[in-house]
Amino acid sequence: MKLAFFGGLYSNYLALEVAIADARRRDVQELFCLGDMGAFGPHPDRVLSVLRDAEVSCVQGNYDDSIGNELADCQCGYTDPRDNLYAEISYGYTLANTSRENRRWLQQLPGSMDIERNGMRIHLCHGSPRRTNEFLWESTTSDAFLDRLIEPTGAELVLGTHTGLHWTRMTPRGRRFVNVGVLGRPANDGRTNVWYTLVDVAERHAGQAGQGVEVEFVPLEYDFRRLADEMRQEGLPGEFMATIETGWWTTCLEVLPSRERRRGRH
Amino acid sequence: MNITTTEAGRVPLDGLDELWFQVAGTRCNLTCSHCFISCSPHNDSFGFLSLASVAEMLAESVERGVREFYFTGGEPFLNPELVEMLVLALEYGPATVLTNATVLKDEWLVRLRAAEERGPFSLEFRVSIDGPDAATNDPIRGAGTFGRAMRGVELLVQHGVLPIITMTRTWPDAEDQQVLGRFREVLAHHGCDRPRLKVLPRLLIGAEVARTCGYDETDRVSVRMLEGYASDQLICSHSRTVTDRGVFVCPILLDEPSARLGGTLAEAGQPFRLDHGACVTCYQYGAICTNPSAQAFEQMVDEAGEGGAT
Repeated sequence: MKLAFFGGLYSNYLALEVAIADARRRDVQELFCLGDMGAFGPHPDRVLSVLRDAEVSCVQGNYDDSIGNELADCQCGYTDPRDNLYAEISYGYTLANTSRENRRWLQQLPGSMDIERNGMRIHLCHGSPRRTNEFLWESTTSDAFLDRLIEPTGAELVLGTHTGLHWTRMTPRGRRFVNVGVLGRPANDGRTNVWYTLVDVAERHAGQAGQGVEVEFVPLEYDFRRLADEMRQEGLPGEFMATIETGWWTTCLEVLPSRERRRGRH
Repeated sequence: MNITTTEAGRVPLDGLDELWFQVAGTRCNLTCSHCFISCSPHNDSFGFLSLASVAEMLAESVERGVREFYFTGGEPFLNPELVEMLVLALEYGPATVLTNATVLKDEWLVRLRAAEERGPFSLEFRVSIDGPDAATNDPIRGAGTFGRAMRGVELLVQHGVLPIITMTRTWPDAEDQQVLGRFREVLAHHGCDRPRLKVLPRLLIGAEVARTCGYDETDRVSVRMLEGYASDQLICSHSRTVTDRGVFVCPILLDEPSARLGGTLAEAGQPFRLDHGACVTCYQYGAICTNPSAQAFEQMVDEAGEGGAT
């Protein structure tokens, strides 16, 4: 059974439209989004219409919680004043351009979701199973910690997003964690494509030890030039467009662990 | 709020996210005038940890689902077994070493970078420098220490390390941006053009008491102050510190007998009473010891319980 998972949309409705079409071409049966619909990109209402029209099941991210409840900030928890300045600009723009109806829709999204497909228990969250805005970076998340986080969920497979970088690991106790990546901006690798994740859960057969799960990270090309043009027209900071057009992150860098930071240019 | 007569609040250990190792005890090659545990070349209050004891605690902490390890002192690199300890820790999870960068050697960095590249986890170097120039730094950390630390930063950069630079705020809060800007310029001049900067508040204990002042007896975190407060901002809710004299609640309160919670991690799992002036600084600033990459959830905005993310 094929499932598609989208993370961190950041208002990139153009990438979301392409991702949905791509997933359908691959015979995906269900679509999920793990939150942070707004931020960074233009016209935040558009991505929400696309999600609803395609019947994507959604989990609330910290940004959605903030916009939905009109909180003072995005709860991203940046530590650097420069990052916080950009976060403020982005949050102010997104809040001002999200309709009341959509704010209400974001407000009512569940903070997590537990599903069972082909007999496999799957937990969907935004940051980590215990915190919506907890960063699970590949290089700062030990195996033992992953098992401790997953244990209370009772799931065999846990999926999250939030960091912007996709990765997966099997824990010593045989559970799998997947960070599904984000559709909102490139993965700080100098390429303009974004990423989403396909999960194929095999049918469980009686007497069979273990159950097959295939995880595939899908690179997705979309019209990034059009996105950057629309961001420019909306008066968003040039640093944001630079990320979209070059594939290198220009903001939110202080929270990156050294290993992930080393892979980038800035 | 009158906190003089109210009982100090207690914080339970929600889970062991970070395990700290006081690997060099209170022994340091420098004698900083603001050091909260008064480290110096002659302070033997706490001794070196052995590789065997670190190995034992690493294994025990993994059983408890630990996320990451911090190695501190004193100056950790004075412990001749530190490199082995870090190499071992990286087999279990991410590790951070807090150093003054004045005693680093090429051969150590070669080994450590190789160990980091072998596995999936980050090895962070946190370098303490207390000002963007010698005029600010040296009166606190000692004559010539700014130049020596900058040479250490250059060496780290040569080995591909992106250090976190930590500085204790000895200037008015309002000057943060100016000081940080100057720091960036100076570090870039020394080849470190992508520093992560972490400003630490002053802790009015240890040597700092003589340099400026200590806490007042009324400086306490009361039960009432913890009501509605996200106590996961306090590292005592998710961290413990291993020393050669047992397991302490945090790396800050080593001079407080009540901060020693037991001889093992199991014993040290008990709640901690915030009965110390330094707890107020931790309460006010939050997350003062952890790395920026782990800090976000501790800064979670709690809107009086409304709209909090689940």
